[in-house]
Amino acid sequence: MKVLGIETSCDETAAAIVEDDGEGPGRVLSNVVLSQLDDHRPYGGVVPEIAARAHLQHLDRLVRQALDEAGLGLSDLDGIAATAGPGLIGGVMVGVMTAKAMAAVTGLPFMAVNHLEGHALTARLTHGVTFPFLLLLVSGGHCQLLAVEGVGRYRRLGTTIDDAVGEAFDKSAKIMGLGYPGGPLMEKAAAGAADPGRFDLPVPMKGRPDCDFSFSGLKTAVRRHVENLGGTLTDADRADLAASFHQAVGDSLIDRCTKALKYFKEAFPDGKTLVVAGGVAANQVLRARLMDLCRRHRFDFVAPPLGLCTDNGAMIAWAGLERLRLGLTDGLDFAPRPRWPLDPGAKAAPFAGVKA
Amino acid sequence: MTLTLSLADESATKALAARLAPHLRGGDVVTLRGDLGAGKTALARFLIRYLAGDEAEEVPSPTFTLVQTYEHLTPPLWHFDLYRLTDPGEVVELGWEEAREACALVEWPERLGPLLPRDRLDVQLTLDGPTARRVVITGHGAWEKRVAGI
Repeated sequence: MKVLGIETSCDETAAAIVEDDGEGPGRVLSNVVLSQLDDHRPYGGVVPEIAARAHLQHLDRLVRQALDEAGLGLSDLDGIAATAGPGLIGGVMVGVMTAKAMAAVTGLPFMAVNHLEGHALTARLTHGVTFPFLLLLVSGGHCQLLAVEGVGRYRRLGTTIDDAVGEAFDKSAKIMGLGYPGGPLMEKAAAGAADPGRFDLPVPMKGRPDCDFSFSGLKTAVRRHVENLGGTLTDADRADLAASFHQAVGDSLIDRCTKALKYFKEAFPDGKTLVVAGGVAANQVLRARLMDLCRRHRFDFVAPPLGLCTDNGAMIAWAGLERLRLGLTDGLDFAPRPRWPLDPGAKAAPFAGVKA
Repeated sequence: MTLTLSLADESATKALAARLAPHLRGGDVVTLRGDLGAGKTALARFLIRYLAGDEAEEVPSPTFTLVQTYEHLTPPLWHFDLYRLTDPGEVVELGWEEAREACALVEWPERLGPLLPRDRLDVQLTLDGPTARRVVITGHGAWEKRVAGI
């Protein structure tokens, strides 16, 4: 089966085609992401595509390029998927309308994909991970722990009550004068630390019985240290503060994931995999700590390659393919959903059923 | 007219939100100014939770999504974070015109440029010691008189 996937729900415009063999991992036949194209790198980094018209301007050629790179025509496809939420409504509309129009013309089935489900199922595309598994989704916009039971079946164990972890990296880096994007720059700075324990930073949420996250206070604590140093930091200050920041974020993630593992093992004794997805999964310091956590709990650690962890079309194509295999197609009257939680019941009963 | 307050800790921020929230109406624009970490989103979160009558109302940071809408509140409320925008034209695409029916909380209002309305309440937050913050509340246009009632 071959499915085209379109992603326009946030900063990226992307299109990709994936293929499966009915079971096990799939193959990425093409994966085109606008910000990674050479002619779209005026500043050497991600250019946020906030405006819907920016998605509209580029999507046609990205879809054409995805087909060309895969060596396929529209008639070779089995379905067309697009992110239908959550995200910025303008961007989502562009992707959904494009996919619907292509489905209407070709007669192919259309799949409305939840962006978060795309992230959640990527480890099945890359590693053939079987259900159930525990997912830590850590990016600039999301920070969640989910028990993934099957396609369309998610239990949210925890979420951030304020900032996402990638956002904490970006904002703290900005406060420290490191620039953007914060994650790689903070990691690089931390590698040169002489005294990683020099700065005292809070470990958010540590010891709480739930699995929620909070990173807003950590950012404010970084600001206070910067102000205590007179507002100007030496490279040595930055290195030590970046290392202390990694330590605090790592401690918090490990504490929260340890709680989630406990709930997950009680609810799903057969589950044995922790999947880490989202751009923050690229951070080697945090990755090493999560791998160590998995070793201690005898869990498999799986993190898709970075290009499939950040926003991309392949994850949407794959989620669409998984839905198509189960007959979960959508009508052309499907309305985009700016808000679309994977687990709508999460708030009312955070652990309903988990302890049972 | 300007109101200057010293907030000793987070509970004082919460108390300020409770003092401010009952004055908010549909169509109001409240700007939240201050550096990263000054407490803009924290104040917005307390305001939204007060209006929702729910301490557990989820109020995620709008930095990544640019706007979070709370249509079920009275008044309906849109929480903007314009930090990542570069052009006021992008604000229009976020639904700025549609938001005029709702109360708008706006972080990084500098990005509004000429769209910044004359009638508005400005809330400026600055860090002031280990846990304290200083807040300066200024009414503009129709809000000049309304500030006196807060």
